[in-house]
Amino acid sequence: MLSVNYSLSCVTFDPKGKILQVEYAKEAVKQGSTSLGLKSNDFVVLVSLKKSPHDLASHQEKVFDIDDHMGIAIAGLTADARYLCKFMRSECLNYWYTHDSHHPTERLIGKIAKKAQIKTFHPAKRPFGVGLLVGSVDETGTHLFESCPSGNYYEYVAMAIGARSQSAKTYLEKNFEQFTTLSWQELVKHGLKALKASAQETELSEHNVSVGIVGKGLNFRLLNNDELRASIAEISDAMDVSE
Amino acid sequence: METHMQNENYTNVNIFKNAFEHPTPKALDGGKSDKTYYGPVMEHASGFNPYVNNQGTTLAIAGQDFVMVAADTRISSGFNILSREHSRTTKLTEKCVITSSGMVADIENLHKLLIAKVKTYERQFKKSPSTESLAQLLGNTLYSRRFMPFYAFNLLCGLDAKGQGCVYGYDAIGSYDKLTYGVQGSGSQLGAPILDNQFVGHNFLVKQLAQSLQETEDTAKDIINSIAERDIYTGDQVELVLVDQNGVHIKREPIRRD
Repeated sequence: MLSVNYSLSCVTFDPKGKILQVEYAKEAVKQGSTSLGLKSNDFVVLVSLKKSPHDLASHQEKVFDIDDHMGIAIAGLTADARYLCKFMRSECLNYWYTHDSHHPTERLIGKIAKKAQIKTFHPAKRPFGVGLLVGSVDETGTHLFESCPSGNYYEYVAMAIGARSQSAKTYLEKNFEQFTTLSWQELVKHGLKALKASAQETELSEHNVSVGIVGKGLNFRLLNNDELRASIAEISDAMDVSE
Repeated sequence: METHMQNENYTNVNIFKNAFEHPTPKALDGGKSDKTYYGPVMEHASGFNPYVNNQGTTLAIAGQDFVMVAADTRISSGFNILSREHSRTTKLTEKCVITSSGMVADIENLHKLLIAKVKTYERQFKKSPSTESLAQLLGNTLYSRRFMPFYAFNLLCGLDAKGQGCVYGYDAIGSYDKLTYGVQGSGSQLGAPILDNQFVGHNFLVKQLAQSLQETEDTAKDIINSIAERDIYTGDQVELVLVDQNGVHIKREPIRRD
């Protein structure tokens, strides 16, 4: 007799109470290369390791701007991420149009979570295969949210997702208490050190690293190649010295 | 709306009689008079008019590497002044502004709609739209409301791809043309001949046309000032908006307030 398979669609629970399709969607997130975020009282920094399918190709961008006050770093299915990115940008623009102010962060995360949840109980749909780290500043301060394919979302002071994210998480867990009053330049340095822990043998350079910064009085932007090169050089020196 | 035709010529041409002469519709006079009514057929008096003209004047002059926009800051409703400080000009990108005269509600809405479209463009394409693109965009946006138009008479002004100043003038439903100077609003009929004189120099044997930035700014200010002398809807302040390679610069100067 064929053994019963609980993982064929979203509408089946398994005996342990999990929806296996959603679990597998989370696996897709773990397949993407590392993205991490960390925040202080005034700034949020998003750092990503960009993958390139082979030497002739460009590196896939993983940090995107949503609005002046918000940006995201992704891990997982890039196509799903692009869809969510477009949705978020559109929501932020409509909010600005009607309210002449920035979209409150948690409400936008709630909208994404709602979209994600709808896809987890439909027989003919699949969940999103992408995890988002959303960094933003609003009236209530700085925020770093993680959005899951399951439709859950969590707020963090620092978090890493994607492949080998545990090494980055370990670094962040050791150091997060220092983050609260740091400037964005120092947060970037910590972010790059955490990324280096996950990247292991891969050499960090301005071509395969993306850094996005946002903060009070600082609109979201990506660091350009010169700034990246300088920051990476700084942490390489520091880490060589400590070795 | 009364449309008595005082022109006696038409009564001799009887082919117009049926088209233009009707018994006065009941709604307009309560069925009391049996006067003949001249004009287009109007079955009902309008209970609600969605349009109002807040008047005002705006003009724009394209220079070699800049655009000078001058507009008054008064908005009116009939014989009342609603505001003396209202800006008619909105910045769209670092190289382009739009200035309009007409109904303030429609103008504000149109300007905001364009800003939203510019933001979408900038996020998708990681660059600012060119003035030529915005000119087309504005024309299309206006035509999309062909059957309930934006009551806005626009001038889109900016630096083109080569860095030269350009002005695009529009009607209410999106027909546009590239100009070297344009004027819209209640004072347009007063301002247009002065602009023609100063920037084309018709029939002058030797004409010194305004070329430099300072001359153009002075001329633009003078023209608004002169319009304010004769047009009751123009006055209070002149807002000068300069668009050049360094961006958009705005300043205001007072003029007569009567």
